[in-house]
Amino acid sequence: MTRLGVREHHRFEAAGKPYLYLVPSAAVVGLDPAADMVMQVLGSGAKTRTDLLALAGGIYTDQEMDEAVSDLLTMRAIGPLEAPQPMPKILPLTPVPLGTMVLNVTNQCNLACTYCYEYGEDKIVDTENGAQPKFMSIETAKASVDFMLKEAGEAKSAHLTFFGGETLLNFNVLKETIPYARQRAAEMGKDVDFSLTTNATLLKPDVIKYLVENQVGVTISFDGPPEVQNKFRVFHNGTGSYDIVAPKIKELLQKHRNRPVGARVTLTGGNLDVRTIYTHLTEEFGFREVGFAPVTTSSKREYALDEQGYDTMLTQFTALAEEFKEAAIEGRHHGFSNVKETIQEIHQGMSKAYPCGAGIGLMGVSTSGDVALCHRFAGSDEHKLGTVRDGIDRSVQAAFLDSHHLANKTDCSTCWARPVCSGGCYHEAHTRYGDTTKANLHYCDWIRSWTDVCLRVYAEIAEKNPAWLAQFDREPMAEKVS
Amino acid sequence: MRHLKTLNQKAARIEQYVKEQEAIAAEGEDVVALQRGGVPQSAPNIPLGCAVIFSPGWEVDRTGGTAGLCQPVERDLFDCHIGCYWPAQVPDQLNHAPDWTNKCAAAQKDWRKIDLIFP
Repeated sequence: MTRLGVREHHRFEAAGKPYLYLVPSAAVVGLDPAADMVMQVLGSGAKTRTDLLALAGGIYTDQEMDEAVSDLLTMRAIGPLEAPQPMPKILPLTPVPLGTMVLNVTNQCNLACTYCYEYGEDKIVDTENGAQPKFMSIETAKASVDFMLKEAGEAKSAHLTFFGGETLLNFNVLKETIPYARQRAAEMGKDVDFSLTTNATLLKPDVIKYLVENQVGVTISFDGPPEVQNKFRVFHNGTGSYDIVAPKIKELLQKHRNRPVGARVTLTGGNLDVRTIYTHLTEEFGFREVGFAPVTTSSKREYALDEQGYDTMLTQFTALAEEFKEAAIEGRHHGFSNVKETIQEIHQGMSKAYPCGAGIGLMGVSTSGDVALCHRFAGSDEHKLGTVRDGIDRSVQAAFLDSHHLANKTDCSTCWARPVCSGGCYHEAHTRYGDTTKANLHYCDWIRSWTDVCLRVYAEIAEKNPAWLAQFDREPMAEKVS
Repeated sequence: MRHLKTLNQKAARIEQYVKEQEAIAAEGEDVVALQRGGVPQSAPNIPLGCAVIFSPGWEVDRTGGTAGLCQPVERDLFDCHIGCYWPAQVPDQLNHAPDWTNKCAAAQKDWRKIDLIFP
C-alpha cells in the first residue's frame, strides 16, 4: 500500500495557531487540529493511510482524518512517498517587456562614502580612468528613452529611474530627458513614470520645485542620526555630510507631498541600531517609508556584517516588524518598507525562479549607453547585455537567464525559503564570491529567519485584518532600486 | 476544504483550480471537436491553433496568433496543399491528379466534392 509522507514545507505559528508555507507553490494555509496532527504524524516518518487512521484513533474519527488527508493532498502538503521531484527549469519567454529602466546619468559623486559599492574597495567599474564617460549626454539619455519604450513592448506603462553616482550632478540631462520621455511615450500611447535616488546634497530649492512639479518619486540615501551618517557618508575631504543634507531633506519632505519620499539606509557591521535610525528618520524628518539594506561588500572589510551582525539585524528587524503588524491590524500606516515588500510577495504567492528582475524586466544603462543587468553592473563589459542604440543581444540575455535560473543553484534545492529568496542579489554574489551565478550562502540563515518573521506577521494580519491586504491585490509589484 | 484555510492568493488559486478540475471530472467525458483522446477540455471548446471560420488560407487562431496553426489538417486543406510545407497527405496535383479540386469553386460549400484519390 502506498505510504504518504510530508512534502517540502515550512511550518510556523502565528497568534498560537499553526500554518504551512508550501514549497515550491508558495501557498500559505492555516491548519485545524486534525490537519496539524496529520502533518506531525507524517513528519516523523511516512505512513500508509491505514496506519495513520489507527494512530489517530480515539482523537479524531476516521472520516475527519480522511478529510484532513484529502485536503493536505490537494494542496500537496503531503503526497505519496517517492523520489523528490527535480526542480523544473522554465525560462521566461524573451523578449520580456522592460518595466523599469535605471539610467546612470553620471558615475561621479560629490560624496565619498567609504562603503559604496560603486566607488569603494569592491567596485566593479573604474569610473575615474575607465572607458565610460563621466556624465551621460542628452543624446544617450534620449536614445535610452527610445530603447526603453521600444523594449516595453505591449506594456502600457514604463518606469524610468535616474541613478548615479550622484544623480543630481547631471540635473540638466534629467530635466531634458523627462519632457522628451513624456512626449515619446504619449506618441506611443504609453504612460511613463519617473523616480530618482539622491544623496540629498544638491537638493536646492529650484531642484525641489522641479521634482514636485514633475511628480518625480524620490529616494534618499541617508543613514540617519549624525553619528551614523557622518561615519561613512562623507565628502572627499572626509567631513561628514549630516549638517549639509539634513535641512535639505527637511525642505524636500515638507514640499514634496504628491509622492511618498523614501529613505534608503545602509547597515554596516558597526551601525546596526535599526530602531534608533527608524525613529530618527520617521519622527525627526517625517519620512513615510524607510528601507534598510545591509552593505554589499566582501567579507574582508571591517564594515562588513558578520554572523553576529546578521543576528543583531534580525532582532532589530523583528521588533520593528512586530510594530508594523500591530499598525496593520489597526489599519494605521507604518513605514518599515522591508517587511511590506516581503509581505506583498507572500500574499501574492510569488515563487521566483530569479531573485529579481535584473536582465529581464529591469535593466541598467551606463553613461555611454551600455545596457547591463542592472544599475549596479552598469558600465561593466562582463555584464553587458547590449547598448541602447543597437538593442539587446538576445543570445547573451538567454545565456544569462539559463545560467542564473534557480534550478542551477543546487545549494538552494533543499531550502524552504527559495520561492522568496531565489539565491539573492547577483551583485552581492559577485562581490562576495566573484560569481553572479552563486547563491548568497553567507546570509541563508538570516533570510530563512526573516522570511519566518514575515510569514508570522502576514498570517496574523490575514486573520485579524484581511482588508488591509487588499492594497496588494491591485498594486503591481514595483521593482526596488537600491 | 474543511481542515485547511487558504490564506494567500496562491493558496486560493490552487483551491479554485482543484475545484474546477473536480467539476470537470464530475461532468464525465466530454467530446470536443477534433479531439484525439486525452483530457477533455473545459468550455469553450475551441481547439487552439485552429480557425473557427472555414476559410483555408489566411487564418488566425482564437487569440489572433498564427504561430500554432496547421494542427487540424482536415480544415487546412488548401493551405497545406498549396501554400505550406505541412506534410499533409494530399494528392500530387502536378502529375497524378491535376483536376482534383476542379469541382470545388468555393471551399465553404463545395468541400464535399473533393474526392479521395487512390494511386
